[in-house]
Amino acid sequence: MPLHIIACVKQVPDPEAPASAFRVDEAAKKVVAAAGVTPVISQFDALAVEAALRIKDAAGDAKITVISLGPETARDVVKHSLAMGADEGVLLTDSAFDGDSYTTALALSKAIEKIGDYNLVLCGRQATDWDAGVVGYGIAEMLGIPSVSLAKSVTVQGDKVVVERVLMEGYDTIEAPLPALVTVSNELGEPRYPKLQQIMMAARKQVTIWGAGDLGLDASKVGAGAVRLNLERLFQPVSEVECEIVEGETPDEIATKLAQRLREQKII
Amino acid sequence: MANGILVAAEVSGGAVASITLEVLGAARRLADQMGKPAQAALVGSGVEGLAKELIAHGADQVFVVDEPALAKYSCDGFVAAMEKVNAAASPDAILMGQSDMGRDLGPRLAFRLGSVSAMDCLNVTGEGGKVIAERPCYGGNARATYSFNTSPAVISIRSKAQEPVARDDSRQGQVTKVDAGIDASAIRDKLVGHQEVAEEGIRLEDADVIVAGGRGIGSAEGFSVLEELARALGGAVGATRAACDNGWRPVSEQIGLTGKIVGPTLYFAVGISGASQHMAGCTGAKNIVAINKDPEAIVFKSSRFGIVDDYKKVLPALVEACRKLKA
Repeated sequence: MPLHIIACVKQVPDPEAPASAFRVDEAAKKVVAAAGVTPVISQFDALAVEAALRIKDAAGDAKITVISLGPETARDVVKHSLAMGADEGVLLTDSAFDGDSYTTALALSKAIEKIGDYNLVLCGRQATDWDAGVVGYGIAEMLGIPSVSLAKSVTVQGDKVVVERVLMEGYDTIEAPLPALVTVSNELGEPRYPKLQQIMMAARKQVTIWGAGDLGLDASKVGAGAVRLNLERLFQPVSEVECEIVEGETPDEIATKLAQRLREQKII
Repeated sequence: MANGILVAAEVSGGAVASITLEVLGAARRLADQMGKPAQAALVGSGVEGLAKELIAHGADQVFVVDEPALAKYSCDGFVAAMEKVNAAASPDAILMGQSDMGRDLGPRLAFRLGSVSAMDCLNVTGEGGKVIAERPCYGGNARATYSFNTSPAVISIRSKAQEPVARDDSRQGQVTKVDAGIDASAIRDKLVGHQEVAEEGIRLEDADVIVAGGRGIGSAEGFSVLEELARALGGAVGATRAACDNGWRPVSEQIGLTGKIVGPTLYFAVGISGASQHMAGCTGAKNIVAINKDPEAIVFKSSRFGIVDDYKKVLPALVEACRKLKA
């Protein structure tokens, strides 16, 4: 049996969009989608797919299934992953999934169990919208498999996964028996960019769609009815600082003035 | 019945980690607001002697799990040990640092306990008996505050976001040993190697002055004047992702959402536009000085002082001016 790797991917607002286009609807506690900015695959999740492809390249053979949970539009990030080189795609979409990280992790773990016969689950270290960094751990806990986070490299050696885990200074090498879950960090490198031919092939591939019922989940026991973390408030922080522009006729004058101001304020 | 605010303490090089002292400060304040004790979990091997340090820094009660299998951090080992401490302490909330350990331990522990985590928080308060955590999201563009429907609330605190309480060796506290019975063979995530990447000079996280450069620097050579300014002020050089992606600076100097989180007294943002990806890493800076040719650059909005000019003209003069001041 070739390795079966499952990569979890999320669709997010483009984090490279200009900060000036960012708006929060405080009453709705939601971010307002900026006009003309196309949502993208979360950057760390693209690296989870990349890590899966590198393992496949090294092994010569492996099957990669990608799963996303989100609205219908999230099909685009499944297709993007297929175009990168993944073999099969699943989209979990159901208004019942509209909850917090508990529901997301539960639905993804149920989908992974339903797919079955997996050796390795890969996730991004966090999604670049909420930056929470928790869903991967929830999936591992619910599946009862070991988790290793913040990978800069992931290799499969026999029946174990070997991960270089990024630390503040340096890295640890960690081994865990398969099946296991690994979250991937930006130090892994760059995700491959799909070629036109791959995009065309991916466009023809079917994406399997599952809702709460397909996963054996009672819609009343997930989502809004099962929220553990209440979002009380969402707002844009207002910077209290007033910027004092230091001016002068010559660079020397400007520099001297700034240094003096910093000294006066006891900053240096 | 929930009994207090528990800190998962971290030991680094045989001493209590500095981030743990900051988290203890946050826990002490939260515990006082809620009229509950501040508790600490001290998990490791040969760590029992550090309990008095935790008490001196604000803990009323310390739960010690001191076992050989816990000599190094592992997710399986530490989650299992914290599960035992949680049962003994039954806290309202478990706080920890957003560190190599905390970011891995927190979410899995929360799911293990049937609860939930809020990671990388800037602040935590007790309002009307409820724990409220505040954290940045959307790459620092937004802030969210959360309350918790389940307990314990697991919360990690960003470094440099909270102040420790002053050390007081006369403080009294209770030390309780907890037997977790961790069997090394049951730990599935096994540490098999470790590689230090030695940084030259001052660590960015510890630096009091940081001179950071972005895309506007234009080249690796352009950074030499930033290095001079950093040297003149006894600081360190940092960079944006763009500067690192271009190979002008090593990735170890990257500051931002996908790099280091820093909190110096003085932060020079040179040739940096102020994209949230970067600013997320320096929100803890006490004073930002922006130097940018573009008067519209968004970085000026978060800066205390600004210079609208070419860094190549201003920075050499600034190096001289700072050297004179320091002399």
